[in-house]
Amino acid sequence: MDDFPILSLMLLVPLVAGVACLFADARLARNLALAATLVDFALGILLWASFDIGGAQWQFVERAPLFAGFQWALGIDGIALMLIMLSVFLMPICILASASIEKRVGEYMAAFLLMEVLMIGVFAAQDLFLFYIFFEAGLIPMYLIIGIWGGQDRIYASYKFFLYTLLGSVLMLIAMLWMVNEAGTTDIPTLMAYDFDPRAQTWLWLAFFASFAVKMPMWPVHTWLPDAHVQAPTAGSVILAGVLLKMGGYGFIRFSLPMFPEASAQFAWLIFALSMIAVVVTSLIALVQHDMKKLIAYSSVAHMAIVTVGLFAFNVQGLEGSMIVMLSHGLVSGALFLCVGVIYDRLHTREIDRYGGLSINMPYYALFFLLFTMASIGLPGTSGFVGEFLSLAGIYQVSSWVALVCTTGIILGAAYMLYLYRRVAFGDQKNADAAAMPDLSPREWLMLAPIAAAVLWMGVYPESFLAPMREDIAALDARVARAAPLGDARLKLSEPTKNAGHAQDEHAAHGGAH
Amino acid sequence: MDFTASLALIAPEILLSVAGLVLLLAGAWMGDGASRLVSYAAVAVLAVCAFMVAPVLCTAAMGPDTVAFGGQFRADAFASFAKLLIYAAGGAALLVAPAFFERHGAMRAEYPVLVLFAVLGMGLMVSAGDLLTLYIGLELNSLSAYVLAAFLRTDERSAEAGLKYFVLGALASGILLFGMSLTYGFTGTTAFEGIRTALAGGLSTGALFGVIFMLAGLAFKIAAVPFHMWTPDVYEGAPTPVTTFFATAPKVAAVGLTMRVAMDAFGTQASAWQQVIIFAALASIVVGALGAIGQVNIKRLLAYSSINNVGFILIGLATATQAGASAMLVYLAIYVAMSVGGFVAVLMLRDADGEAVEAIADIAGLSRTQPLLALCLAAVMFSLAGIPPLFGFWGKFVVFQAAVQADMIALAAIGIAASVIGAFYYLKIVKIMYFDEPADKAHGKSDWIHWALLAVSAIFISPLGYLLTRWLGSLADKAAAALLFAA
Repeated sequence: MDDFPILSLMLLVPLVAGVACLFADARLARNLALAATLVDFALGILLWASFDIGGAQWQFVERAPLFAGFQWALGIDGIALMLIMLSVFLMPICILASASIEKRVGEYMAAFLLMEVLMIGVFAAQDLFLFYIFFEAGLIPMYLIIGIWGGQDRIYASYKFFLYTLLGSVLMLIAMLWMVNEAGTTDIPTLMAYDFDPRAQTWLWLAFFASFAVKMPMWPVHTWLPDAHVQAPTAGSVILAGVLLKMGGYGFIRFSLPMFPEASAQFAWLIFALSMIAVVVTSLIALVQHDMKKLIAYSSVAHMAIVTVGLFAFNVQGLEGSMIVMLSHGLVSGALFLCVGVIYDRLHTREIDRYGGLSINMPYYALFFLLFTMASIGLPGTSGFVGEFLSLAGIYQVSSWVALVCTTGIILGAAYMLYLYRRVAFGDQKNADAAAMPDLSPREWLMLAPIAAAVLWMGVYPESFLAPMREDIAALDARVARAAPLGDARLKLSEPTKNAGHAQDEHAAHGGAH
Repeated sequence: MDFTASLALIAPEILLSVAGLVLLLAGAWMGDGASRLVSYAAVAVLAVCAFMVAPVLCTAAMGPDTVAFGGQFRADAFASFAKLLIYAAGGAALLVAPAFFERHGAMRAEYPVLVLFAVLGMGLMVSAGDLLTLYIGLELNSLSAYVLAAFLRTDERSAEAGLKYFVLGALASGILLFGMSLTYGFTGTTAFEGIRTALAGGLSTGALFGVIFMLAGLAFKIAAVPFHMWTPDVYEGAPTPVTTFFATAPKVAAVGLTMRVAMDAFGTQASAWQQVIIFAALASIVVGALGAIGQVNIKRLLAYSSINNVGFILIGLATATQAGASAMLVYLAIYVAMSVGGFVAVLMLRDADGEAVEAIADIAGLSRTQPLLALCLAAVMFSLAGIPPLFGFWGKFVVFQAAVQADMIALAAIGIAASVIGAFYYLKIVKIMYFDEPADKAHGKSDWIHWALLAVSAIFISPLGYLLTRWLGSLADKAAAALLFAA
């Protein structure tokens, strides 16, 4: 198993299928795309099953010196494994969700399969420039997906998406060139252990921040997201929210934190400030939206802000929590976009007021929608709770004020999500056409049920997802420990008081008696 | 070095001259009916010349063995690299031409002959070891180019392009000659080696003027800002096969010549010209990008794009290092492939009557009427914008890597940030082809030669091109080493 290039194979399958889709007719392209994504999902399960928890940090490593200046180097740790799993899990669902696409199906499927190649490539790349190529190349298919199959203002949204993210990334390229020139290697694991001069770190961190903050997206460079989301087709939104946003978080956890720990600590206040603003402001904006997709898009920005505060808490809880929020948000926001897509396919509007009382005529739909709404709020038992609780617990150790402000995001999140749900699923059936909509079709069951199962699994037994990442996060925590900021709690271990000592004695005696 | 050895070194040039003259006679005796034949014969001659110069590059020839006629001519690895690109671009311009000119009833045997002489001139330019060789090569190239620009005699735009090119080209030559005479006056020699030693001690004000004027004249030839004004008009007016030629071969030759002059003749005074080059590079990137935004004609847009690309190439020169020179050569190779691909695709855009479609609005929805052509053109556009995984990214990558290695981080950061402006108009073309409703104008059938050339350049700029990076990089390193060895 060790020598088998499974990661390359996972890249190759969708690539070949994508090229074939370009030349296939609509029906064949659909089947081909579904088959390729399912094969990749099966390979992903195989990957997870053969991932050795507690083994070497980098597994399934492949290296081939194919290029000048950089290598074809792949390999994953637990963090990358989880994100790859998220990608390959969502892809077949996206293909299923694209049944309503009728124009230029072959090209559409090709763009999605290409997206899958690039996403897996980003998470698996072990070479700095290979990573950059995958990271940046994702712009092309996403630009086409938004621009060709999007809604009314698709052109504006596609330009905004492309140019915003491009500007962010090119500065990162210069920083990468400098790092490679300084450290003399393009190998990511080596660079993660390389100590750059703290003064240089400041600039490098800012350059990487320019790229990841846009991808993440953080306030105030988030404005491309609502446009792109609203205009993208359903499956495009799922991929955008589910996986592409994770590239920003992955970037922070893979590059910014381990490569520039001092600068990360130095700029933690910036991250905290932007995140706090994002949580409150975008939640309030979400509260007044009339467009369902826009509402969920703004809620994504708020959730990503919880991710960033958790990452820059410099402790294990924060980091683990951030990873779980990313995975959970990938599933939940993807599912919410699918829920919107289900009723959009029937009524062709995303206007919240056009719906109402859907729980009467679409009970199963209402059930799924409720589950994902609750998961988005962070109800215990769903994946959202685990991640948000850990992140906020992590940040509380650093700053109780940041924790306080960010926790309002949960309350506001409950407000806008429940308000959305009430208007869509409860109340009177005020529109005859909405009242006549049929419940979920088998295809839609197939899309929503697996995500619901994964959300509950992650909520009830998160250990399955945390276990592969535990050692990598511990290693990262050890790496950044030297720069970790002091918390504002200033906890002191006081001498046990007499009373307490008495209680302890009593307890011991009590215990002994049994 | 004896005379026979010198003659052996210029064998490709001798072959080109003889072949040009023979083909001219053949054209004269056999009439215009034979022009297709003459074109293919000219391509064959270029192929033979390419085989003659290739070994020089592969063996990394440099040093005294490669110097002919007492230092006037250098047949080293650097010249060989540039010549291979020039021959390839010239061959492409010859192959695409017959189908185009025959449709206008203007195919003449002079076309391939002129291209051969222009190529000969360019070969002299990149091999120059002396100001006089430089000037003779430049003028031989330019004279052929003026005629080529006006090749569609009955077309007003073509005649205008020829005239404009001639007037501005003559002005540029004048400026260059002025700079050369100042340089000669203050150093007492026209040989690059002599200039180099004479300037090693210091740069007098007069010699500085010589440097600046020479660079200004050369900037005209490579179409760098602020001497770029002729480019859009000439590119738009000249017949498209000729524009394909102008955008590729003379660009390589002029950049190669600029590298020779800057890094060899003025190599000891790099700090004197570096600022000029930095300004020209950044100005070209920005002006090329901003100028392209408002264009409605695709040839004009590609003209601004070539100005923009020259800016990136000059960033490599601004570093004044061997890595920078090598990066420039890699960029040039990729740029030639992108330009050939782009202009051949433009050449293939024709309406039902076979008339050329040049307005950008008319290619709307091309992805639905001609998906394969649209895909190739989109690949060229993303590649020109430098978006990975297309190969155009690699050119920018090596150039900026050289800049960072030379510790010119601010230059690299500003240059790359300005490249985002350029991405906007490349995206516009893709948007029009893919997002807009079909205008249903361009659906003419294309020649198989056009398809073949487009396929070759599209495969080169596709991600498969990255497999060539090691090979291309090592060749460029050899060439750059030869350039600096001469210095």
